[in-house]
Amino acid sequence: MITTALFRALDKKAIWVVSAILLVAILVPLSNLVLPVGHPLRVPNYLVPLLGKYLTYATLALALDLVWGYCGILSLGHGAFFALGGYAMGMYLMRQIGDRGVYANPELPDFMVFLNYDALPWYWLGFDQFWFALIMIALVPGLLAFVFGWFAFRSRVTGVYLSIISQAMTYALLLAFFRNDMGFGGNNGLTDFKDILGVSVQADTTRAGLFAASAVLLAICFILCASIVNSKLGKVMVGVRDAESRMRFLGYRVENVKTFAFTVSGIMAGFAGALYVPQVGIINPGEFSPANSIEVVIWTAVGGRGTLVGPIIGAITVNAGKSWFTGVLPEYWLFALGGLFVFVTMFLPKGIVGTAASGWRALRARSISSSASEGSGVKPDKPQNPASPANMQPEAGE
Amino acid sequence: MSFPQTLFRLPALAALLVLAAVLPLSAQAQDAAAAPRTAAEIVNAIGEASLREIAELVVELAATGEPAAASVLSALEGGDLYADEASQTVVIVRDDVMFDPVSGAEIGPEGDADLSRIRVNNSLRRDIRTVIGELTLMNPDPRTRSTAAASMFRDADPDNVELLNEAIDAEPDAGVKLLMEQARAASLLQSELEPDEYAAAIAVIADRGDREALAILNAQLANVADEQRPALEQGIADIEQNLALWNIGQNVWYGMSLGSVLLLAAIGLAITFGVMGVINMAHGEMVMLGAYATFVVQDIIRTSFPGLFDYSLLIAVPVAFLATGLVGIAIERGIIRWLYGRPLETLLATWGLSLIIQQAVRTIFGPTNKDVGNPSWMTGAFDLGGLSITYSRMWIVVFAIVVFALLLLVLSKTSIGLQMRAVTQNRRMAAAIGIRTPWVDALTFGLGSGIAGIAGVALSQIDNVSPNLGQGYIIDSFMVVVFGGVGNLWGTLVGAMTLGIANKFLEPFAGAVLAKIVILICIILFIQRRPRGLFALKGRAVEQ
Repeated sequence: MITTALFRALDKKAIWVVSAILLVAILVPLSNLVLPVGHPLRVPNYLVPLLGKYLTYATLALALDLVWGYCGILSLGHGAFFALGGYAMGMYLMRQIGDRGVYANPELPDFMVFLNYDALPWYWLGFDQFWFALIMIALVPGLLAFVFGWFAFRSRVTGVYLSIISQAMTYALLLAFFRNDMGFGGNNGLTDFKDILGVSVQADTTRAGLFAASAVLLAICFILCASIVNSKLGKVMVGVRDAESRMRFLGYRVENVKTFAFTVSGIMAGFAGALYVPQVGIINPGEFSPANSIEVVIWTAVGGRGTLVGPIIGAITVNAGKSWFTGVLPEYWLFALGGLFVFVTMFLPKGIVGTAASGWRALRARSISSSASEGSGVKPDKPQNPASPANMQPEAGE
Repeated sequence: MSFPQTLFRLPALAALLVLAAVLPLSAQAQDAAAAPRTAAEIVNAIGEASLREIAELVVELAATGEPAAASVLSALEGGDLYADEASQTVVIVRDDVMFDPVSGAEIGPEGDADLSRIRVNNSLRRDIRTVIGELTLMNPDPRTRSTAAASMFRDADPDNVELLNEAIDAEPDAGVKLLMEQARAASLLQSELEPDEYAAAIAVIADRGDREALAILNAQLANVADEQRPALEQGIADIEQNLALWNIGQNVWYGMSLGSVLLLAAIGLAITFGVMGVINMAHGEMVMLGAYATFVVQDIIRTSFPGLFDYSLLIAVPVAFLATGLVGIAIERGIIRWLYGRPLETLLATWGLSLIIQQAVRTIFGPTNKDVGNPSWMTGAFDLGGLSITYSRMWIVVFAIVVFALLLLVLSKTSIGLQMRAVTQNRRMAAAIGIRTPWVDALTFGLGSGIAGIAGVALSQIDNVSPNLGQGYIIDSFMVVVFGGVGNLWGTLVGAMTLGIANKFLEPFAGAVLAKIVILICIILFIQRRPRGLFALKGRAVEQ
């Protein structure tokens, strides 16, 4: 059953994408570690965690695409799941510091000593074990997504209302994590990490390993999304996206489908956040800010929602652009980002991948029909345009 | 280098010494001439005077009408007045710091100054107190009398009772008389009293019902006799109940004040979101532009027409309305009209727009806060019963209500309002009967943006005018609109006031941040129960 789903998911295109991601997972660390410094093909040290960060962003965008591109749920709070996964990882990393902190307290992280904690709060217990942190990385965002989705979808909160309350959710979490009393480091968040799984987070090999892990995570999420999207459930999801009431009338439990997609997506975002934190070296409440979550939406939109490759390309392109822009013209980055939002929504609603794909199809259809019309003289059918005002989402990619 | 400087200093020092030696001489010379002396001279004369002379000087000082006389005299009576031997002056010393008795200015730390306390005996002390009483409690100005009574209430002293009795008998003003009676009661409590007198004094103070009264009664708790304890505790309970009531009133007021800020910020959004179904994420930036319009108007007024400063806000309101309204129309024509029927795309495009506007403002005006001044009629506060109300908050509440009323009027009584409602209820039918729906859309969006702009004028008075101003309000505004129900202005009013007041009532228990979190969670849960808000539109318009 699962193998057949996987088999169906791994069509020719998906295999190409997964192979490409895995190739990157091998080649980048290899070139960084093996080639001598100064070699033209060597990936410099600073670039490895940066690229790794892009890959975790790509995973986040992919997670958002699963709910937005395929299920029609525009979540403006996906950054919250990402940040929660990041905090779970950050808590593990904080416990690994041990007595090497400024206050040299073997039990309590520095900020707790500073805030006069006597003992570890109960919700920090267990985070010294990696397996426990791993479970929490999946459980906390997953549970939040499940509870939020369960309530929201059961009450049929849809469209912009859902977007706004998901934004309220991440905003509430932002405010909550800013409080020192929460026991998550307040404004400063969690930082000064030393070890992960017994090796230094600063070491080149660890960084290369984290990069590879990010790429593998992206590949796994891609396969997972592909198998969902290509299954019967995936077809139901697209149905919900395009005509929710009709699916309900046909007897599908729309809220269950949506809750499932939302929860899976939340867990994926959580894992992406968990790999983001050791590569960036800090997690703070700023990750919960509504602006961050909206930015994820634009990565997905730029790449092309409703396609699985699109969000990956979008996240990497936009973030590479951001890195470049903030280095060269820091003043103008917000102009560029804002302009990108406007441009993509107005002129590129299908994103890069969607537009390219439909352009390619149109081109092929023309060449086929022109060769056919030469033969038979029959006028070709006009290409169908299914877009109607009620149909807010563009056509799904194949 | 140091040598010539020292040389230069020496003569100056010498001159000072000479001057110091001459000054007291000249003062004494004037004394002999018996010309009318200034308050400062009289005060300085106290330093060297005998007890008899002091009694005369006290009367003379009171006769000058000097406003500081009462405070100098009470310092003299309290033993805080010292003679400075070196400079032959008289100073007030409090907490080891010397003050000039007449001007009240701080001279400096007591340090090594050669000070000797000016001594007074009991009969002189009584005389001084009478003079003070005449200066203050019998002053022709009722305000001086009430201030004196209030200060006697705070610094209750059984020695004041006689004086207060006299003053109460002579007092024509009922309000001041009440204050004096309270001061007398507080003073009486400091002495030994018969049980019924004690109960009467407690009752007078309990009637006052504020925190000061509570403090006085609480201080009594420690050394009260057992049979008088019930009366005292009753009095404390009365005050606490009274305070709790006023506290609720104060919370309601703060809540209304916050609610009217939310209302101002959200009302424009209610129009664009409610009437047009457009999610305008750049709405906060319209508010911000309005605040910057105020800044520009004030800047021009400051440089060119300083006399008009008090009217700057009145001028800024139409300017901000027009400026942001035009920006709104431009946005609608340029971007939003291409995205009708795709609310999620509109959301993204307007978010992008908000980033651009923010950065543009940051580039033009700089990233720092701009200083927007308060006109004189916006500063200060007044007391209403137990409430303390600042003028700026009061005017913002009034302004919010006026804007709301005007908007209701526009929507219900004008032809453009009628057209807007028609388009809201049934766009295609409105178009079919000849309403130019695109034109109505543009005007509606302009109106919503313009109102956001005048909200910015109000917010410039209570918030920092910076490029980030709008971001702080956008989520709250959405909460208000969604909570109140889309397409209904009354819903927005109720939503804003409910959220504002709920927030202020939660704050004492939970703190400001936690209160906000609780409110956000409540709204999220509320949306589950009523997905279309408190006052949802009914009928076909809902199904879009």
